[in-house]
Parts: sequence; structure tokens; C-alpha cells
Amino acid sequence: MNVKTEALRAPATLVWVGGVAAGLVVWTLLYSQLVPFSEWAVSLLPLERHSHLGEAIAFFLYDVPKVLLLLTLVVFAMGVVRTFFSPERTRALLAGRREGVGNAMAAALGIVTPFCSCSAVPLFIGFVSAGVPLGVTFSFLIAAPMVNEVALGLLFALLGWQVALTYLGFGLGVAIVAGWILGRFRLETWLEPWVLQIHAGAAGPAERVMSWPERIRAGWEAVREIVGRVWYWIIAGIAAGALIHGFAPEDLLASIMGKDAWWSVPAAVIIGIPLYSNAAGIIPVVEALLGKGAALGTVLAFMMSVTALSLLEMIILRKVLSAKLIAVFVAIVGTGILAVGFLFNLLFA
Amino acid sequence: MKDVKVLGPGCAKCKATAEVIATVAKETGAEIALGKVEDIREIMSYGVMSTPAVVVDGRVVHAGSVPGRAMVEGWLK
Repeated sequence: MNVKTEALRAPATLVWVGGVAAGLVVWTLLYSQLVPFSEWAVSLLPLERHSHLGEAIAFFLYDVPKVLLLLTLVVFAMGVVRTFFSPERTRALLAGRREGVGNAMAAALGIVTPFCSCSAVPLFIGFVSAGVPLGVTFSFLIAAPMVNEVALGLLFALLGWQVALTYLGFGLGVAIVAGWILGRFRLETWLEPWVLQIHAGAAGPAERVMSWPERIRAGWEAVREIVGRVWYWIIAGIAAGALIHGFAPEDLLASIMGKDAWWSVPAAVIIGIPLYSNAAGIIPVVEALLGKGAALGTVLAFMMSVTALSLLEMIILRKVLSAKLIAVFVAIVGTGILAVGFLFNLLFA
Repeated sequence: MKDVKVLGPGCAKCKATAEVIATVAKETGAEIALGKVEDIREIMSYGVMSTPAVVVDGRVVHAGSVPGRAMVEGWLK
């Protein structure tokens, strides 16, 4: 019986792995043809290539396929990586961990652990009741939404790997430091009282070892779900970005979003709080803003605020955290983001 | 008769999970009592950290995503 299922499974694995290899070849071919494609498409249109409208349309036709291709690749890779992690396994890794090391591990695990903000409450209680320190839990909850594959994939596609890597590094930094500080305050008494009385059953679902076809399928599911949810935001964002790119004068924004306007960083953080999950539509606009004189630090602070300080998540977490604790959380994370914004504007002058 | 519960605070994925289970049960003729657990304290008592989760006869069989049809068929056998 075992021999038979093994024999059946091996070809299936080959088919899936072969499918991924073929997909990568097609992806590479498409990606290498982006510039010729956009130039060819623009040349078909009855307009001057170097007019404002011509520039805007060429920018749009080049950026949309490029961003969607890169995003698909990043989301697929992340979807496969995440099959190796689960909230249960992350909790086991973090339980009883010392602060410091625990904060760093929690932030890093926040990137690769599958997490949806609708599960924030059970995850929070599950962590705390299993002996994960409160500050370490916060490091996880800050990093998980902020350093996500959509933000990283889009930054990589639009602004280059240096900016994506910088965002990753500073995002982790904010999560680690803010979580550590929150832990130092010993705020356990500021949890809603019922939370500490819960003794979460430690059983959880039985861990099952996934096969490679299942992991590949999970990656593909992630692409369908995430790219399927954000593609129209991306197209709308790039269209807006293309208009700014083609029509807005150089340095239009230097005075209001440039590095000399210090107040633009706190303004960007505050504006970012009520905006949620539209990072996909905002990043392409942000790229165009950067091209017109907005400062990188201001723009990164804006993105971090949109993803890490979401009003929706605060409302969800209000069930388990007192209003005072949420206020402290926002204040500390907000300060961290402000520091990143100012530091960047200072360093990359 | 299997006792099947969907654990989750009423999010879209939790509803999708309940629908998949109901559809599969109808098609295969499996007899189940399908219930929902939406209270967070009760959800936590099962040791689940990511929703939607599925409990069959008191045992957690799945957590964190909408299950596929093949998985559901396996539970209802």
C-alpha cells in the first residue's frame, strides 16, 4: 500500500515542480520583453512619444505588467515559504523566550508566519497565555502587518531592492525596539481582565507534514488571493502615478513633501493611520511623488503608518487591550516610525 | 452523525468554510450537525490561534484557512 502511494506521489511531485520551472521560464521571458512591449504598444498609438501624454502612457504600459509580474513572483515565493510556518509553531518557538532575543525572533517570525489581522485576537491571547512575554507578542504584532509581501514586492518592483531592503531593516527595527520598550513598561495589568483568566487549550490542530505539491499549490493560492485582491488598486495607483509623472512639474512637491519640510513626516504618519490595506494602491503613487521631489523618509514613514498603525486592527485589539494600552502602543510605534522618517531624510539628503 | 463546528468570529472566510462543509455533506450524503462558535473565549478553549478552524467530534482538524473540498471529504468519511 505504502509502495503504491509512493509510486503515485513521485510523478505528481515531478509534474508540480516541472510546472513551477516552466512558469519561471515564461516569467523570465515576459519580464525581459517589458521595454520592447511598452515601446511597441505606444508606437501603435497616434500620439507623439515625447509629449506629456505619450510619456504618461509609456510609463503606465511599462509599469503595470512589471509590477504585476514582480508582485506575483514575490507573493508566490512567500506563499511557499509560509507553508513551513504556522502560528502554533511560532508560539512554541517564542514561549518563555527572554526579552531582547525574543523581540528580534518575534519580529523576524512575523514576516514568515501566516497571519491575518482578523485572527489578531486569538493569536494575541494564544501567545500571552502560553507564556510569550507581552513585549515579544507586540514585536510580532507590529512586524507581521508592516513587513508584508505586498509592501516588499511593490517597493522592490517600483523603487529597487535597496529601498525594499531598507524598509525591511527599519521595519524590523521599529518592531523590535517598540516591542522591547512596551515590555519594559510591565503593562500586563492593562490587559482586559478576562484575557489573563483564559487558559487556552494547548492542543491545537495536529501538525501535518505537507508534500511539495501542496506547498506549491499554497503558493499559487496566495497569488490568486492576494494579487486577485489588489490588482485593481495597483492599476489605479499606477494610472494616478502616470498622470503625475507626465504632467506635474518637477519639484512641485519639494516644498510640501521635501526633506526641508520637517512637519511633513508627522503629517504623513497621521494621515496613514485611517488608511488601511490600500498600500497596494498607494505605493505606485508614492513612487511618482518621489520622482517629483518628495523625500524618501517622509514616504517610508507614510507607508509604515498605513500598514502598522491601522485603525481596523486597533478596533479588533480593543477587545483584549485597554484603551490606555492601545494609546501607549500607538504612541511608541508612532514615535519609532517618526524616527525612521527623520533619520532617512537626514541621511539621504 | 458527526458533530462539526466552525470556529471563527464571523469573518468572510469563516462563512466560506461553513459553506464548503455544508455543500460537501449534502453531496456525499454524510450526516452532520453543523454549528458555529463565534465567542472568542470558547474559540480559545480549543487551543486555536488562527481562524477559521474546524472541529469534528471535539477534535481540532484544521486551522487558519478555508479548507479544500478533498480535506472536508476526508473529515466527513
